[in-house]
Amino acid sequence: MADLTLTVDGKKLTAPAGTLLIEACKSVGIEVPSFCYYPNLSLQGACRMCLVKIEKMPKLQTACTTVISEGMVVATDSDEVRQARKSMVELLLGNHPLDCPVCDAGGECELQDMAFSYGAAESKFMEAKNHKDEQQWSPVVYFDRPRCILCYRCVRVCGEGMDVWALGVQNRGVSSVIAPNKQDHLECEECGMCIDICPVGALTSGAYRYKTRPWEMNHIGTTCTHCADGCKTTLGVRRSDTGMEIVRGDNRDKSGINNDFLCIKGRYAFDFAHSTERLTQPLIRKDGKLSPATWEEAFALAGKNFAEIRTAHGGEAIGVVGSSRTTNEENYLLSKFARMVLGTNNVDHHRTADFPALAAALRGKSGQTASMRDVLSAPAILLIGNNPTEQHPLLAWQIRSNVRLRRAKLYVVNSQPIKLRRQAAGFAQIPAGAEAHAVAFLAGDDAALDHLVHQSATRESLLALRDKLRAETGLVVAFSSEIRGADVARLVHSKFAGAKFIALADYANSRGAADMGLYPDLLPGYEPLTTDSRFAQEWGTLPTVPGLTVPAMAAAAKAGTLKALYVVGANPVARFGLDPFAFSGSFVVVQDMFLTETALMADIVLPAANAYEKSGTFTNTCGDLQLVKKAGEVAGVKSDFEMIVRIADAMGFEVRKLVPFGGGTHADMGQSRGAQSGEADRHSVWLEAHGLEPRMSPFDPVAIFDEIQRLVPSYHVSRLDLLAGNDQHTDIGEAGPGAAHDPNLIIPANDDLFSSGTLGRYSHTLNSVMENKNAPAPSEVGAD
Amino acid sequence: MASLVSHPDEIRVVTKRFGQGATDLDRYLALDGYQAIQKALAMTPDDIITLVKNSGLRGRGGAGFNTGMKWSFVPKQSAKPKYVLCNGDESEPGTCKDRLIFEHDPHSVIEGVMIAALAVGSHTGYIYIRGEYRYLSVIMQRALKDAYARGFLGKNIFGSGYDLDIYWHGGAGAYEVGEESALMESLEGKRGIPRIRPPFPAVVGLWGGPTVINNAETLASVPPIILGGPDWYANLGTPKNGGTRMFCLSGHLNRPGVYELPMGYNLKKMIYEVGGGIPGGRALKAVVPGGSSTPILLADEIDVAMDFDSLAKAGSMLGSGGVVVLDDTTCMVKFALRTIKFYQHESCGWCIPCREGTDWLKKTLTRFHAGAGMKKDIDNIYYLAENMLGKTFCPLGDAAAMPTMAFVKKFRKEFEDHLDGKPCPFEKAAEPVMV
Amino acid sequence: MFFSDEFEARFADMLTHYPTRRSTLVPTLLYAQDEIGYLSDEVVAELAQRLDLNELEVRNVISYYSMLVTKPRGKYNIQVCTNIACMLKGGEELLDHCKHKLGIGHKETTPDGEFSLEEVECIGACSWAPAIQVNYDFHENLTVQKMDEVLDDYKKKGGEIL
Ligand SMILES: Cc1cc2nc3c(=O)[nH]c(=O)nc-3n(C[C@H](O)[C@H](O)[C@H](O)COP(=O)(O)O)c2cc1C
Ligand code: SF4
Ligand code: FES
Repeated sequence: MADLTLTVDGKKLTAPAGTLLIEACKSVGIEVPSFCYYPNLSLQGACRMCLVKIEKMPKLQTACTTVISEGMVVATDSDEVRQARKSMVELLLGNHPLDCPVCDAGGECELQDMAFSYGAAESKFMEAKNHKDEQQWSPVVYFDRPRCILCYRCVRVCGEGMDVWALGVQNRGVSSVIAPNKQDHLECEECGMCIDICPVGALTSGAYRYKTRPWEMNHIGTTCTHCADGCKTTLGVRRSDTGMEIVRGDNRDKSGINNDFLCIKGRYAFDFAHSTERLTQPLIRKDGKLSPATWEEAFALAGKNFAEIRTAHGGEAIGVVGSSRTTNEENYLLSKFARMVLGTNNVDHHRTADFPALAAALRGKSGQTASMRDVLSAPAILLIGNNPTEQHPLLAWQIRSNVRLRRAKLYVVNSQPIKLRRQAAGFAQIPAGAEAHAVAFLAGDDAALDHLVHQSATRESLLALRDKLRAETGLVVAFSSEIRGADVARLVHSKFAGAKFIALADYANSRGAADMGLYPDLLPGYEPLTTDSRFAQEWGTLPTVPGLTVPAMAAAAKAGTLKALYVVGANPVARFGLDPFAFSGSFVVVQDMFLTETALMADIVLPAANAYEKSGTFTNTCGDLQLVKKAGEVAGVKSDFEMIVRIADAMGFEVRKLVPFGGGTHADMGQSRGAQSGEADRHSVWLEAHGLEPRMSPFDPVAIFDEIQRLVPSYHVSRLDLLAGNDQHTDIGEAGPGAAHDPNLIIPANDDLFSSGTLGRYSHTLNSVMENKNAPAPSEVGAD
Repeated sequence: MASLVSHPDEIRVVTKRFGQGATDLDRYLALDGYQAIQKALAMTPDDIITLVKNSGLRGRGGAGFNTGMKWSFVPKQSAKPKYVLCNGDESEPGTCKDRLIFEHDPHSVIEGVMIAALAVGSHTGYIYIRGEYRYLSVIMQRALKDAYARGFLGKNIFGSGYDLDIYWHGGAGAYEVGEESALMESLEGKRGIPRIRPPFPAVVGLWGGPTVINNAETLASVPPIILGGPDWYANLGTPKNGGTRMFCLSGHLNRPGVYELPMGYNLKKMIYEVGGGIPGGRALKAVVPGGSSTPILLADEIDVAMDFDSLAKAGSMLGSGGVVVLDDTTCMVKFALRTIKFYQHESCGWCIPCREGTDWLKKTLTRFHAGAGMKKDIDNIYYLAENMLGKTFCPLGDAAAMPTMAFVKKFRKEFEDHLDGKPCPFEKAAEPVMV
Repeated sequence: MFFSDEFEARFADMLTHYPTRRSTLVPTLLYAQDEIGYLSDEVVAELAQRLDLNELEVRNVISYYSMLVTKPRGKYNIQVCTNIACMLKGGEELLDHCKHKLGIGHKETTPDGEFSLEEVECIGACSWAPAIQVNYDFHENLTVQKMDEVLDDYKKKGGEIL
């Protein structure tokens, strides 16, 4: 749109037609205060904080609802405007309890900030304030009515943003109150968006309230460890007896692909990290019982046994199971450790999507995978299978936002009437299990229609849907794990011009586990097991016969040919339904946070740090690469990275070959210049971004990241951007050829909004929300 | 039900069929009913609009906007259906005129809506009546049914080829719903929260379609204008203030009641001659000239012509025609308190200045009137009102602020007489005046 | 479900008047209240379902309008206007009189469930002040004596089985 020119406080500025005055002001650094205005939510004009003077208008105007016009002359800081703001703050404070000292929001409260800026210190009111007791609406949401300033942000984010509509306004006038249905409990997704968007301390979180003051926390931006969408989350941490405790999760700074969105898991379910059932000491089986031991004992024993078995029976006698929740560096390292140190291709993980098939189908075609950001801007989206509202909350948020704010067209093909159909321009309900037929039909095979006709989906409607899809340009296609193998190829090769694809997997680093080669027949980057692969050239001679999958490892153990099993952050016994006694004759080492079904059968259990307690990178299901940063700390645990290195060391392997540390350029890191605070930091970021910083430690994941960037083509992304906290899209089409797989090896995790595999089982918040959902609803309280 | 009054100075345009059984359709027809719409059907929309514009008819709902001008803002072409709304929410304290129109002459409102619909090219109209007026809703629903039965409404009205539906709609107790955009929300089944403007209703109104909204009296004035012509109507009143209007005389008067008088009628005359003066020979203290939101006039300010422009010049407003007369026994602090109590109760609560401002005004005035006032309260009351004025989301905030500022400005002495724990000086004098 | 045929006929008719079902909500709530006495949970659930709304939305609307109530009240709801015109003519005294006579306060109900009392804002009877409404019926130009007669009339009526 054409640019318009206006004058604000004497400054000339230009902005596109249609821009709101408040945004135009912001673009040149003029902050117009507001409570009710919130970008991307509907306009309210209710708080009147943003009143400004516009020439030729008799009254002050709200900058949040005024669209700029050519030649507009605006004053945002005149006496009249300042007085208007001041009086709004005065009026709000009149009824406000002024309980900042005991308020969770104290120190990060917009009302406090406004009172500070516009000086409404003197109270003109001496009447009693309207008091109401605080209410608990759900395990995670508390409401303190007197603090509420009625900005309606919570109501809007719940309704417009989440499509949940659990909050409304009851009564009118000064009795107006934000309330859920029946006034006392919430029926919702417990996402906590209402809490975070609340500018004051009216809505507070059950998980965080009264725990700390905002200024006592450190804030670390990292990536969520639950589902495969990869939300950026800012963790608030505070010193505790055993290290650093995570007390809060949010993304208020709107950094990252998720803007300010987080689901219940991202916002609250970090609490598994403080579960009392965390393992904090290595365990070694002695006389049939797992008993506490020292790290040295444990590493020595693991190293000795692995080395002996390798020497006696060859690498084929050892199996390795990796994780979809450990970092890329750890997965790569594990892949390398298995092949190079143990000499085995028996490497696998719990697969939840067919990434190798996608890599194969897109081989050599870059630009055909969609990032999570693309979902927010694509003109049209096709969703086949899956229920993102439950399984991919961020994806669902992106889709809803795109439909609402940019009028994107959403097409849904699903066997269930999933909630996103409410945003859909086209919805076809197909028979359960017919996803592959749907793909065939979409790809042009009309014979597949017979398998699809169902309920609302008639032949005509399906044909019409396909025609519409073929007419769309810039389509993003997200497909569930039912689409595998040849079906992936069929979908990719269907006639959707310029389409981009997303394969939907289930865990935080499912994609990373696949990209880093946790497969018996693929190396990192989906490279096949050839003798002249990039990796063979770098790592030396590698086994080239495809190894065993997890179920095959169990069978081999039963048959007595698999002598050892090394499990890093996974629970194959539960996930694959394996017989735990299958491994009774094998030497089993398990690295985990908890005594899982798999850990229970181990000979050595090593207490592991989780992704909130270490550094590295994650790749989400779309291929967006993001930093994982250490936030929490629990004494007595180690990162999987360190443990792999220590075991290699205990096996007598030269660690420098596994982790290329110690090289690089010796550089002045800024200290010699007597750098001021922050300067050294920036300097070292720059060095690190350019791979120039020396890796001093064998436990430095960046040393492995250097290697990943060198050897995995799709990971050739800007290091500088990544380190600066931005997501970098990796393109699976630039990876190796991939391979076909036994479809039965893909097992959906079936997690929903309130579950998260093993992590979820140890999350107090998720458990209490589940209990609350199952409890009978309290009886009604009428509006007053 | 409400009793009718009369005075020789009255000119009966809107009220001409009152007391003549015109709720009955045949009776209405016998008294020139549905003549104007038939005449209008033969005119072009532009001609109707020009005619109404030239008649000088200004909105009787309060703001006094030129009606024909308002209609002319509706776009000729519109993808969405256009609507005509009759505002019969009548809730401004002091106002009780639309009630009489609905009671005595419901078809005149229907006919007015019909003409407005023709003028703007709308095929659907709604007549919104406040929930308390249940008996009037019964009358109106009956009238609509009768009009449909004769083919005056529905498909092909009067054989003209024009389709037009008009429906009744009812409220459920909320003054704010009289505000035009809040009324649209209410009609759409929502809370009566006003809408952000622009866009204005004439462009984006009910269900997003262009919408004309007019007061019931405004619309009932349209048929006689079509029949009598713009000049006739305009000449009844003063320049730019055409015609007559219904004045609701209430308070301390010998002959309260609703009188139809020409625009520009002298207020003093209205009080002393039409309204019969103050009972018991007491002295006049002040007059609220146009409903509770209009700034009060002192006894020496009442020699004024009752039209929109003259009252604006006198620092008040003609508003909705509610003339409330106060004699010298009235405590102005109490009157101010009761006025603000109303706005506090009726504020929709959407915006900070109105929601909080009316509440603080009410609390402060309550304490003040109870004898616990302090000198600084008087300035605080003014300060509060001043900081609401012009800053609220809709004009309700102004409606609360304007009279409050006038009370403090004009009766500061009386506020001061309440200070220092003294009992209200009027408490004894103010024996209930039972007539 | 529990509504009269007249209600159902009116509701069905009203649905044809608007492009959205929701638009019928406000008048329908009032008619439903007239039949049931108040807007019970069941009525809320029923209307929400009929109009494709969630219950919360219906409650948001109910709580906005002063005539709509979610708790039972007396058979005769005495609404005394004390707004400016009525106040000048003794509306507050009428209210006090009713309070004494009925032994109840604002928004309270007599133990026998016959009467409720409510102080209300302007009911559009300013020229005939002071005025009250009993349910939907207006009584105007009242005095304390006339007020007594009005109350006695309703008492008598209430005795009859309606
Ligand atoms: C708070 C408030 C209440 C109002 N109440 C009424 C009302 O009850 N009846 C009415 O006709 N207009 C009322 N109005 C004015 C309407 O908004 C609108 O201006 C009017 O219906 C337009 O009709 P008119 O041009 O014929 O006057 C009110 C305005 C405000 C701000
Ligand atoms: S001024 Fe504000 S609170 Fe008052 S009625 Fe209007 S929008 Fe509602
Ligand atoms: S003031 Fe009582 S009816 Fe208007």
